[in-house]
Parts: sequence; C-alpha cells; structure tokens
Amino acid sequence: MQIDNNQLLRFTTAGSVDDGKSTLIGRLLFDSKSIFEDQLESVSNTSAKKGHDGVDLALFTDGLKDEREQGITIDVAYRYFTTPKRKFIIADTPGHIQYTRNMVTGASTANAAVILIDARHGVIEQTKRHSFIASLLNIPHLIVCINKMDLVEYSEEVYNNIIAQFEEFSSKLLMKDVRFIPISALLGDNVVNRSKNMEWYQNGTLLSTLENLHISSDINKIDARFPVQTVLRPQTEEFRDYRGYAGRIASGIYRTGDKVAVLPSGFTSKIRSINAGEQEVEEAYAPMSISITLEDDIDVSRGDMIVKKNNQPEMEQEFDVMLCWLNNDAIKPRAKYTIMHTSNEERAIIKEVVYKMDINTFERDSEDSNLEMNDIARVKIRTTRRLMLDSYRDNRNTGSIILIDENTNETVAAGMVV
Amino acid sequence: MSKYYLNYLDELESEAIYILREVWAQFENPVILFSGGKDSILVTHLAKKAFYPSKIPFALMHVDTGHNFPETIKFRDDLVESLGVKLIVGSVQESIDQGRVAEEKGKNATRNALQITTLLDAIETNKVDCAIGGGRRDEEKARAKERFFSHRDDFGQWDPKNQRPELWNLLNGKHFEGEHFRAFPISNWTEMDVWNYIKRENISIPSLYFAHEREVVFRSNSWIPISEYLKLEEGEKVEKKKIRFRTLGDITITGGIESDADTLEKIVLEVSAMRKTERGDRSDDKRSETAMEDRKKQGYF
Repeated sequence: MQIDNNQLLRFTTAGSVDDGKSTLIGRLLFDSKSIFEDQLESVSNTSAKKGHDGVDLALFTDGLKDEREQGITIDVAYRYFTTPKRKFIIADTPGHIQYTRNMVTGASTANAAVILIDARHGVIEQTKRHSFIASLLNIPHLIVCINKMDLVEYSEEVYNNIIAQFEEFSSKLLMKDVRFIPISALLGDNVVNRSKNMEWYQNGTLLSTLENLHISSDINKIDARFPVQTVLRPQTEEFRDYRGYAGRIASGIYRTGDKVAVLPSGFTSKIRSINAGEQEVEEAYAPMSISITLEDDIDVSRGDMIVKKNNQPEMEQEFDVMLCWLNNDAIKPRAKYTIMHTSNEERAIIKEVVYKMDINTFERDSEDSNLEMNDIARVKIRTTRRLMLDSYRDNRNTGSIILIDENTNETVAAGMVV
Repeated sequence: MSKYYLNYLDELESEAIYILREVWAQFENPVILFSGGKDSILVTHLAKKAFYPSKIPFALMHVDTGHNFPETIKFRDDLVESLGVKLIVGSVQESIDQGRVAEEKGKNATRNALQITTLLDAIETNKVDCAIGGGRRDEEKARAKERFFSHRDDFGQWDPKNQRPELWNLLNGKHFEGEHFRAFPISNWTEMDVWNYIKRENISIPSLYFAHEREVVFRSNSWIPISEYLKLEEGEKVEKKKIRFRTLGDITITGGIESDADTLEKIVLEVSAMRKTERGDRSDDKRSETAMEDRKKQGYF
C-alpha cells in the first residue's frame, strides 16, 4: 500500500471487557483487512474451542499468558493498522481503576482517545474516569462511541440521552474536540462500514472519523524548543571542528540564521546549519530529529535547551504539577527522587501534596497527602537546579516530567506542569 | 516546504533516531544486536543517520548459531567494513563445545533456543549494558507489550509484569551493575513500514530477500532450504524452486515462499498483498501458543 504522504495517528482506547473494547479493536482490524490468515486461523480455532459461534473478534487482541488466563488486559498493548489514508497506532489500555497508570501511559502520546459507553448502561463511573484522564493528559481529540446500539434497538433517543448525560458531567473538564458515534462493535455498525440500522445518524463512522481528524495542529508549532540529547563531535579530517547538537524538536520551527539562546546559560548565537541525517535542510520542525550547528563556539551539552531568543520557557526551581503515582510503593514524605524532564535530569523533592483528586467525582481532597499507586494529585516540587518549563497545556513535551526512585531505579510517578 | 507535518515514515524514523540517541546518552557500552536480517540492517541504517557525521558509536553484536546462510555472513562482514564499526561475535558452537548448552535432538532440532545462553554470555563478557534490537511490536503478541527501553534483571530475564511505564518520550534507562537493557527503536514499525522505508532509502539487504532459484524441501507448509545441517525425512523430496525469504533466521528453520519478486518494488507490492504474517513461516514460533513469550522471559531477542 502506497501512503507516502500520510500521517501517523496514535489513539488510545480505554474500557473493560464488558464495554466491548476488545471486540471493537478486533472489528477495526478485521474490517480494515489488517488481520492475516494465520492470525484468523488461530483465533477461529480458539473460538471453536471455547464454544463461540463464529469468530470471537475480541481474541485478536489477546495478550500474555496471565492475561489470557484471567481474561483481562493488564498492561498497555500496542496494535497497528493502516488504511489508504493513514497509519494508526492503538494503545490498548485496561479500563479498571486499578490500571489508571496504564491509561495515563497510553494517553501520554495519543492524538485521540476512544471512549466506550455501553448503550444499555449510559454514563457510568468508568466513563467519567476515562474522560478525566483524557482531559488531564490533554488528548486533543475525544471520540465517544456509544456501543451495543443493537441491544437498544438502535434507538436515537437512547443515544441522545447518553450524549446529554456525558455533556452534563464533562462540562467540568477541559476538552477541545468531542464527537459521538453510535456503534455496534459486535455487528460492525458504524465502525468501518456505515450502519443501515441507524439512518438518523448522519456523521462519519469511527474509522472515517479517525482518518479525517485534523492532527497537524496537535503539536505546538509556535514555541520553538530544542532539548539537546547529545553532542556530535566526529573529529575526522573532514569535520575537524564540527560540533553538532543532536536532538528531537519538542515544538516549533527552526531555520538557519535564527537567533537562538542556549538555556540555562542564556548565551546567544545564530543557527549556522541544520541536518536531518546526512541531508542539510533550511528549516526543521517538531517532531523531527535533527542536529544543529551554531555560529559561535559556546558550551552546550545534554540537558540544555536551544530556544528562540525572543520566545523562552519559564526557568523554575519550584513548581506545581499534576502527578499520577505509578508505583506499588507509596510516596515517601521528603524523599528525594530523580526527575527527568526533556533530556535533562536533576534531583527533586516533593515539598507538598496540595490536594488529591477523586477521579470518579472530580472532587479535591486537601487533607489526604498519602499517594498510592493510581492516585492523582497536585503537588509542589522543588529541584536542585532550575528546569526550562512550559505548562503542559501549552506544550506536552516540555511540560511533562517523570520521577525515578533512587533506590530502585523504577519510574514511580508522571507529572504534568500546571 | 509549506506543510509542517511529517509523513508516517518520517515520524517513525525520527522516533527511532531519538531512541538511538537516548541509548547513546544513557548507557556506557551499548551494542546493536545484528542478525543480518532486514530489521537489524534497518536499525544500523538509522544509527548511521542518528550520529552523522560521526561514525556509529555502537559495536555490532552477532549471535552466530553456526547454522547461517553464507550470504548473511558475507553481508555482515561487508557492512561492518564499510561502516568501520567493531564486530562482536558470540558463537553457539563455542557454547556447545564448552558444555554451556547441549544440542537439541530429533527431527526438528534447531539451535534457536541455544542462542539465549550465548547471547547472555556475550552480553556479560563484553560488559554490554544495552543491547539494541530490531524487535517490532507487530511481530508477535508477546512483543506487543514491549517497551522501547526494556529492563532485564541480572539473570538477563524479562519480567513482563515488572516493566517500567513509558510516558511521553521520557525513557528511564537507569540500571544497577550487572543488569542490562534491551532497546527497541523500531517498536512501532510494521513489516510493511520496514519494506516501504527500505525501498524509499534504497537500503541494501542480503540477496536472500529477493526471489532466486534454490534447492528446497516442503516442510510444515513452507519451503525449507537444503543445507548441510538439514536431515531429510523419508518421503521428502528435494526440489528446485524460485523462492525468497520474508525473514532471515537460521538456515534450518527459515522457510521461503514461492515468489517472483526480484526487486524492492516487487517485494513491496507482494508484501502488501500478503495474507499471512511474516513469522508464519518460522518454525521457532510454531512450537506452542506462547513460544515467543517463554523465550523472551528467558532473555531471547
């Protein structure tokens, strides 16, 4: 399939077995002809063994041994399919409250979130939780699929009532682009093919919606931020004095001749050249991996950020983040963690838990300062040196951090700069 | 240039380069696991781009089962020479001679599982703290949950339940003495993406991927090449066929498909029309439902 000019769209699906999430993904893969014969054969055999009629689409997303035995998804699994219009990456995440951390993980890189609602049950606690996480992680597009429409006689009224319920609670959340689609994942209505049972629904199917979402603006193209990953010094005959600053543009656009500042030192210079691999280019933009050379010989190393002289991030040593706790070990008061932010690394302490969020009711609790796995809270962080920060709302790449436990090396928390 | 978005291949390329540079920045002694197959060739090509105009700062590590296609070894040696990088070879034959592992017996005996010991030994003796692999999440269900930075304990084992969450593009490669990481820069590529990119960049790959005449025998639904290591069963007939390989593993377990695709253009067309996964012709994965998962836990690629 030739899709030379096509974009990549990453989306996350949250839900439990009961919502029909696995069936929906199976349906997308199956109807978009992304299932291979040997996979189909293996799934047909398993379906027959389990006594299902026909092919159980949910089995296409079957995971590891433990997950199959328990019939649940424990971890984030990635699936791939391609249509003539786009390449898609699905981050398939479990929906249960115990797995909030996995939902957050899957959501962190997504352009879109697909949320499933069982038409028979309407908006439930889980719907609110998923929507909250999508909003917290600032996923640009939200697609709410009202599933199992076949079990409510494809009723427009049921569909409209659920939309009303959704809009009522979601008014408390920050969301840019929300769409609703009535579907039946099991029977295929409005997933890839348009439903003949819901003439009253005039908008696109799930697949055509995913294919047509406008995602070019999802990455910030205004604030130029270039975190330096490593310095290239070939020291060969041909490139004797070459010093290339290699990294992936976090946001914005860079051109040769641009006046730039190197943070945190603040030294200024001009971009002499930009390379994308072996090729020299005049301009480059997020999320390209490039290397830059500067006109002046200044000291630049990993963790520094090259920005436009006239548009700079905040330099902070103390700041607030919305933190999601990811680890089995609860937060330790006054403990020191390693903080990773872009290509930079410092030490940090959590000075204060400002409030904890109840992710089902959106209520704030400022009394409780104990953070355990899957908890979300607003906290104050202090770091050993200043970080070059943007707010997460403005910039996902320069507004996100992780905390690492220095005793175990595990990633224990993920945070979004407020 | 008027548009400010990347097409999907450029975005995958950029992501892979980012990961390779992160490996270089976070580890002391990383290597690229090089099998001579298209995925490890692709990773090497991306590494060249990531560090240009410097040389690739990683050695290539090849786990040599002794059951190779001669074409693969020639390709490997030529590539190593042209890039000017170091080659580390871990030999399964040596592991057998040293009594570290025992050869499998029987009709379908292979050296596939034996590689794990050799690989882990090579990682340990060369003090490698990160081994970069060409594994892709679309290959197999046990790979679908793999991280970009995958943690291995000091026994070299993968614990799927104890992997670090990876958010945004923040990769945590912190490790203790004796532990190592596997890094998978092309996790998000599919077989189709790999071929489209190889074609776009005109990357050279071993001749085995192109249709050629070869002596083969039909076994477990695919054409197994005749070699000195293959024992013919009764009733099996050697035939001459025009075939090509979709993946390259050991000569004893890699089945070819009948094909006329002798150019990259034709391969891309053929792969896009394929109705079977590429590992469908690999007998190492057919041993059981969880063959890959089990081997991965022990420390397989």
